[in-house]
Amino acid sequence: MHPVIRTVLQRLALGLMTLFFVSIVIFSGVEMLPGDFTQAVLGQAATEETVAAFRRELGLDQPSYVRYIDWIGGVLRGDFGTSFSGRAASGIDRSRDVVDLIGPRLWNTMFLASMTAIVAVPLALFLGITAALYRNSIYDRVVNATTLATISTPEFFVAYILILFLAALNPVFPSLANVSPDTVLSERIYRSALPSMTLALVIIAHMMRMTRAAIINLLASPYIEMARLKGLSSSRVILFHALPNAWAPIVNVIAFNLAYLVVGVVVVEVVFVYPGVGQLMVDAVTTRDIPVVQACALIFAATYIVLNLSADIISIVTNPRLLHPR
Amino acid sequence: MSTSEGYSAKDEVGQVRTRRTWLQRTWIELKKAPPTAWMGMIVISVYLLVALFAPIIAPYGEAEITPIPYAPWGGDHFFGTDQIGRDILSRLIFGARNTIGIALATTFLAFLIGGGFALMAAISRGWVDQVLSRFVDILMAIPSLIFALMLLSIFGSNVISLICIIAVLDSTRVFRLTRAVAMNVVVMEYVEAAKLRGEGLGWIMRREILPNIMPPLVAEFGLRFCFVFLTIAALSFLGVGIQPPTADWGSMVRENASLIQFAQFDLKAGITPLLPAAAIAILTIAVNFVVDWFLMKTSGLRDEH
Repeated sequence: MHPVIRTVLQRLALGLMTLFFVSIVIFSGVEMLPGDFTQAVLGQAATEETVAAFRRELGLDQPSYVRYIDWIGGVLRGDFGTSFSGRAASGIDRSRDVVDLIGPRLWNTMFLASMTAIVAVPLALFLGITAALYRNSIYDRVVNATTLATISTPEFFVAYILILFLAALNPVFPSLANVSPDTVLSERIYRSALPSMTLALVIIAHMMRMTRAAIINLLASPYIEMARLKGLSSSRVILFHALPNAWAPIVNVIAFNLAYLVVGVVVVEVVFVYPGVGQLMVDAVTTRDIPVVQACALIFAATYIVLNLSADIISIVTNPRLLHPR
Repeated sequence: MSTSEGYSAKDEVGQVRTRRTWLQRTWIELKKAPPTAWMGMIVISVYLLVALFAPIIAPYGEAEITPIPYAPWGGDHFFGTDQIGRDILSRLIFGARNTIGIALATTFLAFLIGGGFALMAAISRGWVDQVLSRFVDILMAIPSLIFALMLLSIFGSNVISLICIIAVLDSTRVFRLTRAVAMNVVVMEYVEAAKLRGEGLGWIMRREILPNIMPPLVAEFGLRFCFVFLTIAALSFLGVGIQPPTADWGSMVRENASLIQFAQFDLKAGITPLLPAAAIAILTIAVNFVVDWFLMKTSGLRDEH
């Protein structure tokens, strides 16, 4: 078998294994709950029959591996169970399916993340590469200092500064990003401008610094110097000598930051009251609505793992040392 | 031999090297530090002083409620009051104590757990190392903020569980680094000698390996502290971290956020929610500056060239 295919398959298997273990970790969350949580969910006035029925519905009378198989089977079919909220002590069940809660919000979050990525990724790569090429110039220093400051500040600080200048002092954009499914695209972009800008600023800072470091590392390597000394034009050096080896670090940088977006989105959605999965998860944590929390955590973790996995695979596939084995 | 006037190279070379005290050596190093590092150290010491002497400096109590909610800046309340009439300045000062204290405790705990297991893995190798490393890999596959949110929903939001959860999640990063640097040391002959001498695991960890991996760990401590500090601030901001009435910078931003709408009419009021956020940002930047300098000094690690 070609070494590339073998390495890719190995990585895929490892990724699946990780996903499996992560799902176990997330599932065992319920196991760690204190025993009387059914009462906490249903309220003090819950009758014994209601509590017993609820426990049976959760399958608490079965061993945990049976429940895990039930749960993961449901997840694979797109069924995350029903939410804890909306249950009453009297046994009347107004709870909703977790999928119905998450579905529209997942789309919103995807929209916000991709809108940010489309703007931020090219800009960050451009800034990083130019900063590396003109390193130690005034341009490089200004970009570096600004990004260091952005990295060290919490996301909500960046968010509120943007609100202060672009929403409160000069009302250019709305500070509440309340989109609904029937909002038209242009309006949706306009309303999500500030959250998207906040996220973009934060990930551009990270991505730019990492790209700069990767490129500088590469340009310092002896074979690039050799190519220069041979008298090749600088565009040829960059396109044919540097770039094949630069794909791996650049792709890694992009994937790492898109993964970072997954985490950053939580805080930013809360600041701008954007109806996304992050906000849903925070609300669910406050009300201790475990099925919703589990579903959100699984979605976030899976996105994170898949992004990192694809970065690994792309860097394996573009690695010249593996493509042309000796 | 030596002449009292003028410089003599022979004299200087002939001199026995003066033995400097620890204080003198530190001072010489500090004098060579770049201005950014100095700035960072000054900022950190100011924060620490404020945190230590909070009850003396603060004009009002931590949760003391005064009659006027949302009082403007100036007058009795330097930065005004919040939604139920608590003095913002006092809460900022007490916030330094709580926020920094909790972040420090968490970082220490993370180093204790992560560093301990890492040294154990590095020394014993074999299956212990394999099991611990794979376990850490799995924990690191979940974004830490998400994991922290999930665990907080299970254990409930209180300071103790907050500290434990963040410490355990962060110890994975400490584990990775410590194991990597310790691996280079455990293969040294003197560690082998200590093992043959029959020293126990604890002795080898503390006396043979730890002193030799201190510099990267100290730098990592600074960076970890920043990270923990930002995570706790984010969680408190989301309302699932440090709970009121304890003053904390993250939750203060959330509580006063609505004031920002009035920036057009009263700029000072509009800035109020940014004060605690700025306090967080300044401390993180300061720690970063100091860590940068420390790294450059101990490992000769430079940006490029």
